[in-house]
Amino acid sequence: MSETANMRVFRGDAESGDWQDYSVEMEEGQVVLDVIHRIQATQAPDLAVRWNCKAGKCGSCSAEINGEPRLMCMTRMNLFEPGEQITVAPMKTWPLIRDLVTDVSFNYEVAKTIPAFKPRAPEADGTYRMMQEDIERGQEFRKCIECFLCQNVCHVIRDHPENKPEFAGPRFFVRLAELEMHPLDTEDRLELARKDAGVGYCNITKCCTEVCPEEIHITDNAIIPLKERVADRYFDPIRWLGSKIFGR
Amino acid sequence: MVEYERHDYDVIVIGAGGAGLRAAIEASARGARTALICKSLLGKAHTVMAEGGIAAALGNVWPQDNWRVHFRDTMRGGKMLNNWRMAQLHAQEAPDRVNELEEWGALFDRTDDGRILQRDFGGHRYARLAHVGDRTGLELIRTLQQHAVHNGIDVFMECTVSRLLKDGDRVSGAVAYWRESGNLLVFNAKSTVLATGGTGKAFAVTSNSWEYTGDGHALAYWAGAELIDMECVQFHPTGMVWPPSVRGILVTEGVRGDGGTLRNSDSERFMFNYIPDFFAAETADTIEEADAWYEDKVNNRRTPDLLPRDEVARAINSEVKAGRGSPHGGVFLDIASRRSTEYIRRRLPSMYHQFKQLADVDITAQPMEVGPTMHYIMGGIRVDADTAATTVPGLYAAGECAGGMHGANRLGGNSLSDLVVFGRRAGLGAAEDAAAQTSAPEADDAQVEEIVADMRAPFERDGAEGPYDIQRDLQETMHNLVGIIRTESELLEARERIDGFKGRAANVGVYGHQQYNPGWHLAMDLQALLTVSEATARAANVRQESRGGHTRDDYPGPNDAEWGTKNVVIRQGADGEMEVTTSPLPEMPADLQELFEE
Repeated sequence: MSETANMRVFRGDAESGDWQDYSVEMEEGQVVLDVIHRIQATQAPDLAVRWNCKAGKCGSCSAEINGEPRLMCMTRMNLFEPGEQITVAPMKTWPLIRDLVTDVSFNYEVAKTIPAFKPRAPEADGTYRMMQEDIERGQEFRKCIECFLCQNVCHVIRDHPENKPEFAGPRFFVRLAELEMHPLDTEDRLELARKDAGVGYCNITKCCTEVCPEEIHITDNAIIPLKERVADRYFDPIRWLGSKIFGR
Repeated sequence: MVEYERHDYDVIVIGAGGAGLRAAIEASARGARTALICKSLLGKAHTVMAEGGIAAALGNVWPQDNWRVHFRDTMRGGKMLNNWRMAQLHAQEAPDRVNELEEWGALFDRTDDGRILQRDFGGHRYARLAHVGDRTGLELIRTLQQHAVHNGIDVFMECTVSRLLKDGDRVSGAVAYWRESGNLLVFNAKSTVLATGGTGKAFAVTSNSWEYTGDGHALAYWAGAELIDMECVQFHPTGMVWPPSVRGILVTEGVRGDGGTLRNSDSERFMFNYIPDFFAAETADTIEEADAWYEDKVNNRRTPDLLPRDEVARAINSEVKAGRGSPHGGVFLDIASRRSTEYIRRRLPSMYHQFKQLADVDITAQPMEVGPTMHYIMGGIRVDADTAATTVPGLYAAGECAGGMHGANRLGGNSLSDLVVFGRRAGLGAAEDAAAQTSAPEADDAQVEEIVADMRAPFERDGAEGPYDIQRDLQETMHNLVGIIRTESELLEARERIDGFKGRAANVGVYGHQQYNPGWHLAMDLQALLTVSEATARAANVRQESRGGHTRDDYPGPNDAEWGTKNVVIRQGADGEMEVTTSPLPEMPADLQELFEE
């Protein structure tokens, strides 16, 4: 049994662009990415879309579907009413390259600024011991597939691109929190979190958490603890006084 | 004169999955100026989809385990067609590579005493796979990626290599294009590492991502290198079968490793009917023994649900053919009735998520429907085990695009370890080779012009047939005629059809701009897809026996005397036609042979 999907897809480049309507045959169980591929194969072979695994594991096919930031490969067509017009737009926060493909290089630049993991010395046998309960939070953070939907939806940079140079964004607060809580790591990145990464800009609206396809508790488990650690170090009056008197 | 960006490096690495990243890290650490070139964004390569784990005889769960046991399992799993030296190095070095990942920040699941936990997988005598739930590949690629960005490696993302350049007999660089703009790049490199993965996109049902168009296999072949074992293709027994749009997506072997069992429409655990003589001595033949094995490996033999993948895939195929399949043409994989909801969600979180979201199936309450999916190619570029050097000077290969390590069938978990063991060795080999070169290579303009003319030709044929239909027809042909069960008449028909596709591809047309134009990209990828498809179809017809992932209906069973001692070799002949020959397997030394006499 095949139905017809009414798709409205953004087509264009950095200079100009517009919505284009496509009527597409679809099959049972399909996702938005299947329908986009069908448009490519039958109507618009030059329709640009970024994708890889089509299984929700690589985080390449992020887009805004009916205005909602989602992975195209994990958005089932039966989520929508039959015949409903479905809009597919590129992520808004990044410069457009073409059609549904955006320039996400910002994220790769920020990644370079985070100092590498620096482990303590291993046990006598050359390996490490860590308890499962001590790494569970870190493992939650490492589920991140770098789809950058949290970055895309964060209004600190979505609505204020001028903040980009001083704001690393939720994905990198997750990375910083992960390293901060890593049982083996010895590097101190709190100054970076406070200053260059700008964790203070976040006012905890949880938009990032809502769109995370991996269901990472970005705000509660990463950003708030990071903010607390920064506050403890830099803004706790007793610690501040102690550091003045005792020099530590 | 064509315009291009020019880049000079000591070492270029093509492909940024586990093998490419590890190779680049090693080359750079040895002082080579290194570039890493990848078709996708960094961190998106197919490695990300690996689920179950990375095999290494750490001995954390079963102290009886050691590299000799792992080596033996690997060779037997590969039906003894493996390059013994690669299998030995792999088993010996995998534990160091896993510990190294931990040193670089990976967070593997833990044992009760805080070591790296290991899980059961098919064909492995002991629980051997270090893992992170069922997303081990993501952990591996992210760890390597995060380590690499601080090592001064230049990364060229969304950049596709079209052809290698040669200076005399030696590979001297590559011609590539930016996917984003269509603009050209020429790399001059003292040595080149291929780490491009597999060929799954030649098949209609596959667990592989779009990048798997056999680029490295084809680049090497066109540059004069030899390919071996191209007939040895792994069909993973458990891919999703429904709904149609997700057909082929991988269901990790970890489901069975953690207690799941296969059942047919009569609810029978049918794997007990498919235990081959080769594995009979080490496989449980009663349900009681199979179930007891999960807890006590010393007094029980392994469940037949965890026979090597080739055996399980063929068994599922037979059950479905006999009319005992599930409603959508697979069989049932049941863990819901055997393990608690909490256990399943902790051990297999992404399987839970994947079935829930894509198929409306709750795997903690219902069985999954699964069937074979093209997953891996054991065959690949012939390499020297120790240095990863190909048969062409200046060219190295590691990971799935290299051949020999896995013989006729790869064990689960041996791929991730292969990537880091031989990725490191390839980076080392390439860096040492580059350091020994006295002059820097210089691209030959005539070669570049010819390659670029080929790349752009589809734009001259606006209005001709596009690439999508050709790819789809090729995928159907490979699936139907060069699939899990093969026979001479079908293989010959496949070759004829592939010849037809080559004709169509030579006249393929695309239209529009050069900027991120997927039709144009596919038109170029088709060249590699057709080359590797032809290689697989030809090699499959030459090997007149059944061994591992290569199953011949007209030659059932292995023929050890005639075929157990040789590789099928593919190379480009002087006339440009594909040549198929055989060469003897390297002979295993006596001290290792003893391991197989027990």
